[in-house]
Amino acid sequence: MSLHNILTVYRKELRDSLRDRRTLISMIVIPVLMIPGIMIAVAGITMKMVNKAREEIPTVMVLGGDDSPAVRGALAADAKLRLVNFAADWTRQISDKQLRAAVEIPTGFDSALERGAPAEIKIYNYEGELRSDLAAGELRDVLNRYREKTVAARLAGRGLPATLVNPFETKTKNVAPPEKVAGNRFGGMIPYLFILLCFTGAMYPAMDLTAGEKERGTMETILCSPVARTDLVLGKFLMVLTASLTTAVVSIVTTGVTFVIIGLMAGGAAAAAQSGPMPTLDPAGLLLVLALVLPVAVLFCSVLLAVSLFAKSIKEASSYATPLIVLIIVPAMMGMMPGVELNAKLALVPILNIALASKELVSGVFHWNYLALIFGSTCVYAAAALAVCVRMFNREEVLFRT
Amino acid sequence: MIQARNLTKVFHDKKRGEIRAVDDLSFICQPGQIYGLLGANGAGKTTTLRLLATLLRPTSGSATVAGFDTVAEPERVRANVGFLATSTALYGRLTARETITYFARLNGLSDLAIAERLARLADELELHEFLDRRVEKFSTGMKQKTSIARTLVHDPAVLIFDEPTVGLDVMTARNIIRFVRDCRSRGKTVIYSTHVMSEVEKICDTIGIIHQGRLVAEGPLAALQERYHDRDLEEIFIRAVGAEQEDTA
Repeated sequence: MSLHNILTVYRKELRDSLRDRRTLISMIVIPVLMIPGIMIAVAGITMKMVNKAREEIPTVMVLGGDDSPAVRGALAADAKLRLVNFAADWTRQISDKQLRAAVEIPTGFDSALERGAPAEIKIYNYEGELRSDLAAGELRDVLNRYREKTVAARLAGRGLPATLVNPFETKTKNVAPPEKVAGNRFGGMIPYLFILLCFTGAMYPAMDLTAGEKERGTMETILCSPVARTDLVLGKFLMVLTASLTTAVVSIVTTGVTFVIIGLMAGGAAAAAQSGPMPTLDPAGLLLVLALVLPVAVLFCSVLLAVSLFAKSIKEASSYATPLIVLIIVPAMMGMMPGVELNAKLALVPILNIALASKELVSGVFHWNYLALIFGSTCVYAAAALAVCVRMFNREEVLFRT
Repeated sequence: MIQARNLTKVFHDKKRGEIRAVDDLSFICQPGQIYGLLGANGAGKTTTLRLLATLLRPTSGSATVAGFDTVAEPERVRANVGFLATSTALYGRLTARETITYFARLNGLSDLAIAERLARLADELELHEFLDRRVEKFSTGMKQKTSIARTLVHDPAVLIFDEPTVGLDVMTARNIIRFVRDCRSRGKTVIYSTHVMSEVEKICDTIGIIHQGRLVAEGPLAALQERYHDRDLEEIFIRAVGAEQEDTA
């Protein structure tokens, strides 16, 4: 094995790939420009629409209740509702979005309240339509406040304390630092994303450097050179690994930056104060996750290189490599299932082990024995896959498959 | 020198069963000579040359190229061989200079040696005009010149040409033929496979006619003409192959 030759092959493949528009698009343009661009545009449009809908004072129709001025008065007093006169085609008006919601007050509602008899107010809306849902929500708020006021007045009238209807309160106290709760929620997604991006980032270069070379006739040219097959495959492997990790790192960084930008667009500090503390990830945990993902990336690159080398064309390689995505998604999904916990056996299952460990890691919980088992087993799998790949490069029936 | 001894290559195909692509082939190719391997499509020429270039391993028999065994020391064989075929394409996204430099590095040349060799090849093959342009934009002639430079960059003792003129226009094909002759005059060992009779007549010192993987006739053109009592190489080829077919029948 010659380091000089491995690096010569690697440098050539890197230069070649950086000049390939398709590699650049999948490695840089899509993660840096397209994904953040689409996310920011979608978030911006959504926020604008929601804000506009919130600012709108919804048009609401009151059905009946002519003999109940008190409840009608409560509705009319709410500045966030615009009441309109009764019209027989109110359901059509709601469907046509001329009217956002309607509220039906039964006959004799006020007097029923005074008597303490049961009464029911119905709210009609167009479910799933944002403005209609906001109008129904506002109606519920007004009526809830009116009900609470009525209850308080009744209790006061009878000289009873407010605790009669609300004898005790329940409160949940979180002992975990709030930023770690948030970290746990979002942190589990990072390794999953990283694994998936490592795979997709490696796919095209792996196919281009093997089946692509066969297709273009350059494979025979390089095989005629004195470079050893092992050096050749390692040089190519390093290039695929570079593409894989670059795609993943660039994607994760740009996604993070995009979320910050969206956060600022949504109102920055004010929004943060409303939604709770910003999620922070334990830096040591994050580094450990990356260390665990690295052998997985090696595993992916080796498997993709071996599979693609077997193919005669990029098209054939693609038909072999694409279904492999399922093998990544399924264990990662299993890791997200409730009740599945990391143990010694599951620590040996590739991808699933990382999915299970990563959530704990990013929130700062370290089970060193399992982590060692995961890292060790994944390294063994990666080395085995790389050995298979080297072996494939030494098999003439694979290189000259017709 | 190239020496093949009972070289045999058997492929296994699920549908066709056992295929003896090269069958007990023995020949010697001397330095300063061009050995022409003449055969129809599928006769076993490419497989023979791939065996000599260590791209394939023989099923039985052996071959030494520039003094090295193709199975025991494949990397040393390749370090002494320049292989040019229509199937050995160039990297489209590299320039001619980068291509030549890349193969020079893989052959272990130092930066100084690469610079000297590149300058010499660029002069000899008139590459200067397009040396820093990407190969994907090249004409067929430019590609062939770059391929020749790639083949010669490490100054190999042995040159293997597998139907290098297939699909080329007359001018480009002539350049290749001229280049092959130059190799002989520089004392290189040259093996040249083709199914074009006129090329063999023009440049080969020894002709080996190959049919169904077997060497059915061998010798200088004059000797073959005398043996088959005919001056026309095409006729000689047909008779040699026909005699073999009758033998096998």
